[in-house]
Amino acid sequence: MSDKAPTTVSRFRLKVVTGAVVLASVILLWRAVDLHVFRKDFLQDQGDARYLREQPIAAHRGMITDRNGEPLAISTPVDSVWVQPKTFSTAYSEWPKVARLLDLDLQKMQRKVLQRKDREFVYLKRHITPALAQKVMDLKLPGISLQREYHRYYPAGEVTAHVIGFTNVDDKGQEGLELAYDNWLRGVPGRQRVLKDRLGRVVRHLEQLKKPESGKILQLSLDRRLQYLAYRELKRAVLRHKARSGSAVVLDVQTGEVLAMVNQPSYNPNDRGQFKSSHTRNRAVTDVFEPGSAIKPFTVVAALQSGRFRPGSMVDTAPGRFRLGRAVIHDVRNYGRINVATVLQKSSNVGASKIALALPVDALWKVNDRVGFGMSTGSGFPGEAGGLLSRSHRLREIERATLAYGYGLSVTPLQLARAYSVLASDGILRPVSFLRVSGPVAGRRVIRADIVKQVRRMLEMVVQPGGTGTRAQIAGYRVAGKTGTVKKATTGGYSEDRYIAVFAGIAPASQPRLAMVVTINEPRNGVYYGGEVAAPVFSRVMAGALRMLGVAPDESDNPGLQLAAFARPAGGRP
Amino acid sequence: MSLLNSPQYADENKLSAGRRILQQLHIDLPLLLSLLILAGTSLFVLYSAGDRNMELITRQGVRLMLAFIVMLAIAQLNPATIRFWSPWLFGLGLIMLIAVLLAGEIGKGAQRWLDLGLFRFQPSEIMKIALPMMMAWYLSEASIPPSLKRLILATLILITPTLLVAKQPDLGTALLIASAGIFVLLLAGLSWRLVFGVLILLAATTPVVWNYLLHDYQRNRILTFINPQNDPLGAGYHIIQSTIAIGSGGVYGKGWLNGTQSHLDFLPERSTDFVFAVFAEEFGFLGILLLLMIYVFIISRGLYIAAQAQDTFSRLLAGSLTLTFFVYLFVNIGMVSGLLPVVGVPLPLVSYGGTSVVTLMAAFGILMSIQTHRKLIAY
Repeated sequence: MSDKAPTTVSRFRLKVVTGAVVLASVILLWRAVDLHVFRKDFLQDQGDARYLREQPIAAHRGMITDRNGEPLAISTPVDSVWVQPKTFSTAYSEWPKVARLLDLDLQKMQRKVLQRKDREFVYLKRHITPALAQKVMDLKLPGISLQREYHRYYPAGEVTAHVIGFTNVDDKGQEGLELAYDNWLRGVPGRQRVLKDRLGRVVRHLEQLKKPESGKILQLSLDRRLQYLAYRELKRAVLRHKARSGSAVVLDVQTGEVLAMVNQPSYNPNDRGQFKSSHTRNRAVTDVFEPGSAIKPFTVVAALQSGRFRPGSMVDTAPGRFRLGRAVIHDVRNYGRINVATVLQKSSNVGASKIALALPVDALWKVNDRVGFGMSTGSGFPGEAGGLLSRSHRLREIERATLAYGYGLSVTPLQLARAYSVLASDGILRPVSFLRVSGPVAGRRVIRADIVKQVRRMLEMVVQPGGTGTRAQIAGYRVAGKTGTVKKATTGGYSEDRYIAVFAGIAPASQPRLAMVVTINEPRNGVYYGGEVAAPVFSRVMAGALRMLGVAPDESDNPGLQLAAFARPAGGRP
Repeated sequence: MSLLNSPQYADENKLSAGRRILQQLHIDLPLLLSLLILAGTSLFVLYSAGDRNMELITRQGVRLMLAFIVMLAIAQLNPATIRFWSPWLFGLGLIMLIAVLLAGEIGKGAQRWLDLGLFRFQPSEIMKIALPMMMAWYLSEASIPPSLKRLILATLILITPTLLVAKQPDLGTALLIASAGIFVLLLAGLSWRLVFGVLILLAATTPVVWNYLLHDYQRNRILTFINPQNDPLGAGYHIIQSTIAIGSGGVYGKGWLNGTQSHLDFLPERSTDFVFAVFAEEFGFLGILLLLMIYVFIISRGLYIAAQAQDTFSRLLAGSLTLTFFVYLFVNIGMVSGLLPVVGVPLPLVSYGGTSVVTLMAAFGILMSIQTHRKLIAY
């Protein structure tokens, strides 16, 4: 049998083979030592590089509140869905489910993702509710991830839209105070280290490298209740008079705080689908207009300052027309010889022109300049217009005359309100603030107090019977104000059928707290006078504001006698 | 008598009762224990590699149990019986291999499976055992070293199934089958001159093999092996990821269930061919050292059995099977750690998978049979 075969040879062979096995084992072991010990650090780094990622943590944007802490802009956590196109494509058959959940057009989604196949990051949909996002993630598809973000929500919607503005989808301020105070509101994003698997899904949050710092709360000067009231009244007036647009501004005259600022038309900042630049503009700050008769109180201030006029000084406005070169200045009626107070009360253009021409060349400019026309209010609002005010010594006579009744300069509603708050605060000019201010604000005296008081009394006459602004009256309170009915400048002269109705006023007149300006642009429903279109808005908003602020009625000390004293030299004409 | 008084014999006497029982049951205790340890390790690692999938563990556990039963059953056979059946088994395997080529099922791009109605089955696995059995049978029919005529015939026996399997294509299994045959030839006393001659011939024909015999994907694997960074996201991905996984384990490892590369899905085939990388990442160099020690123990026991074998057939077969087991190990670890090109060879007894476990344990059954029937033949 073969069993007799020389087994010794086989034993030797076995030894050789065993030697080969040992040698091979040593090679394996050496390799293990090489990988585990010598190249460990490199390989560990390589390993870490494959799954450790640093990610930003979105910071919570600061809340914006009104002066009483009521929220006006809130950031709520939302999720954005993004994909890695290459990995996501491996689940192509599941895409319809994703599209249905996210309410996306499947074809558009396919195009969007497939066209960006070489990218690492493509948003599918941003800012969806965390609950919906969870549903998407529950599909457990490769290459799809969430990103925590914050969505800005504006509880007051269109009422505060213009002042507050809005943020873009990346939580950056784009308009209004969101833009102006972006640095304050914006937090500092943190960083975190996360564990990701091969498909890029975050598997575990390992550590927070840097805590996100939340943005700070921004407390505005706005009063939400007042804002709502002003918005409602303005909107009603704009609708009733079929006007193109409108603005209203309420200022606290002692602090320069903006208590309310509304515009029409407005927009819903929570619905980004319907933005139109004509709707998003904060017209009260960005749009200028010629103030018309609303400027006349400052013409009278200039007159009184010059010493050449006193409230009772007579001006002959007959016959209601005033020819200056080739131009003719008109009054609505022939008021005859009237005193300065009556020029204001009746809003006589002829009277204002004659007063202006009797003053030093730059007297009007000086007053207008000192009450803040032609320059920014210092509010810091993005896109604020400075208006236009030319030095009068360069002006021709006709230009000086028209300046006296509000043409040839342009102002914003906010500037006009600020100028009226000078009349309200006995001659002190204060910066305008959109933020809540604590304590009294130092201002700069720009008009003598006694002159301001005289003009204020004259302005009270405007809303008294016989004045142009009777509809601005408020039961229980004394009101001082001035109407304006401005012909709009068009190409080739002033329009005869397009007006801006203006009312600017302060209340309570005995100890003013608030100044307010209402402008209604192009009322097209028959009436267009400032006293008929804008004054009622003033009356209703101001009445509510005074009540809200708890201002004591002051009509009991109605200085009817003083008014009579101004009126007497007018010869009893209404 | 003096021999009986020597300490060695005293020992034998003390243990003789237990030994006799094991002998009767045809169990080789060292082999059984080390195989059990390895199987336990396998389940332990697979639990981690399979992301705590208990179903996977259960399935592999059942397979292992089945394989152990197969091993113990085969151990009951007399080597003479095994030897008698060798040509028949080889013939059957050859027929099935041809059947696979003609009517096999295709899985993962290769035609390897034969569907027998009740279960699917890889005939190439049978060849892993049937070929060394056949060659050992053939060569032990005459005296060794074999004559040139026998050598040529044996080479034919070797080449036929190897080519059939390579054609499927299943390079890994073909390699294992071929090496099993080559080990029989080597142990049978192939003259060294011939061995070196063949080696030189192989080196010379490498370009021919490269250009005409290898498939594109196989060429690709070898190219990638030489420089994995050529194609880090494609063919090189496996190697890069697995070396990273092994290396990042360090000396002490990241701990069981804590391997990041494997658990975060970076490591491919982590329950099957690349399970070694999972093990290395989680248990580190020390873990590998222990694992290799178990393997080395099994292999040295196998070689010991071969050396102790009393007939040529047993010796050739035991040696070949043991060395093939080592080739398994070497190719898998070498591949996973980037020493060898990627060839689909599982880590023996640890990787998840059915047929290979059964075949391997059948081989150990043969080893046990050879070891435990020894004295019966001698007396």
